Amino acid sequence: MSAKEIMSKEEMARTLNRMVFQILEAIKTEDGFCLVGIRRGGAVLAKRMADILAKEGKKDIKIGYLDITLYRDDLTSIHDYPVLQSTEIDFDITGRNIVLVDDVIYTGRTIRAALDALIDYGRPKKILLAAFIDRGHRELPIQPDFTGKTVPTSRNEIVDVQLEEQAGCDCILINKKA
Amino acid sequence: MTYKRKDLLGMKDLTKEEILYLLETAQKFTEINERDVKKVPTLKGKTVINLFFEPSTRTRTSFEIAGKRLSADTINFTASSSSTTKGETLIDTVKNMEAMKSDIFVVRHSYSGAVKYIAEHTDAKIINAGDGLNEHPTQALLDMLTIRQSKGRLEGLEVAIIGDITHSRVARSDVWAMTKLGVNVRLFGPTTMIPKHSHVFGCRVCKSMNEAVEGADVIIMLRIQRERQGKLLIPSTKEYAKYFGLTKDKLALAKPDALVMHPGPINRGVELMSNVADSDNSGVLKQVTNGVAVRMAALYILGIGNNKGGIDENAS
Repeated sequence: MSAKEIMSKEEMARTLNRMVFQILEAIKTEDGFCLVGIRRGGAVLAKRMADILAKEGKKDIKIGYLDITLYRDDLTSIHDYPVLQSTEIDFDITGRNIVLVDDVIYTGRTIRAALDALIDYGRPKKILLAAFIDRGHRELPIQPDFTGKTVPTSRNEIVDVQLEEQAGCDCILINKKA
Repeated sequence: MTYKRKDLLGMKDLTKEEILYLLETAQKFTEINERDVKKVPTLKGKTVINLFFEPSTRTRTSFEIAGKRLSADTINFTASSSSTTKGETLIDTVKNMEAMKSDIFVVRHSYSGAVKYIAEHTDAKIINAGDGLNEHPTQALLDMLTIRQSKGRLEGLEVAIIGDITHSRVARSDVWAMTKLGVNVRLFGPTTMIPKHSHVFGCRVCKSMNEAVEGADVIIMLRIQRERQGKLLIPSTKEYAKYFGLTKDKLALAKPDALVMHPGPINRGVELMSNVADSDNSGVLKQVTNGVAVRMAALYILGIGNNKGGIDENAS
């Protein structure tokens, strides 16, 4: 195991805080915005963003969760059967500003799938993308509007975002692929 | 959780884990059916052929809707208007359909085992939509999904299956699957409609309607097939209704929140009285709704599974 920690718990908290304020600064219009987190990592981060916003007095930010498994373009080539997570968007996204949240942006294919999935729910006024880690190697013309940290990686590395809610601790590791 | 089989032929051969995986996946698909845009692109470019050698409206429509909601091209093939009436063999018919590069066949046939026979002679994936008196796996799955949504669990529940057990593929699939998941199944029906060797099911066979219904969490009423065996095995439908039909009074012996189910189509006033079929205890229409989700899950699991393997999960 050659795991290298690239971000600690404290750094992650600071970065997420900064991203929230960047989003608040960017979207100043009256109608506000909604958060939509991509399962599983993005969903956890979106929830944390909503908590930070609540502390700032913005308690009415709507939040939804998106599972993009059914929209993937590589379903038949991933090795095991993907387990479906549920999609929960219980508000009408039509005419709203949506901030899409994901933990890692890599090829851009997940985001492409998420955009397709989201548009099946309605016609948002605008969709913005917040990615906690940008590891490069894009295969589609998709770029985040808000980035937590840009991490240069090689294709044979794996960025492992560990979150308290899922892994029991907060940290980001880079592993070499076996 | 995985499902590595090429086909979905019956509940008898599946493991508990495989059944649970199918149920979990189906539960996730119920959400898509509640959306405004009831369609996901998952099986785009796949061809699903509904091969029905026996008439069916509900099951065929349910499979057709399920395929379309997954963006598969769904084609219906009914035997009455087909080459089988011109003398083509079963396998030749299937081979011809396969030669048109179809991916999944949904097959219903009046002979037990016919679907398995087809599955062994084609590379296409096969879903059994009912074969003779053998199995009807998607019906068992939608029954269990409906029960689980209503009761929150399956294990330890008391489920009564009442009616023509011998000639019911629904009963067989239900029994095989439910007993694997720890459900206590009891059977009841006229003695002419209870299998001679019912002990292989490992369930209690009741002696009276009262015994069958008493304390039940779920009551599954089977359809009396009036056009078929019904005439020979019971003196009259009126008598059947009196001794084997589910009335409000009989239902009162079950648990107060007992769920009443029926695979449809219902013979109102024969096996199920209207005031029970339309009561708050009835899960009949919920079953039909869940049927679409279950069939989406089956098509999805077989449709994406080619197990090429290789690409990492980190493909964000």
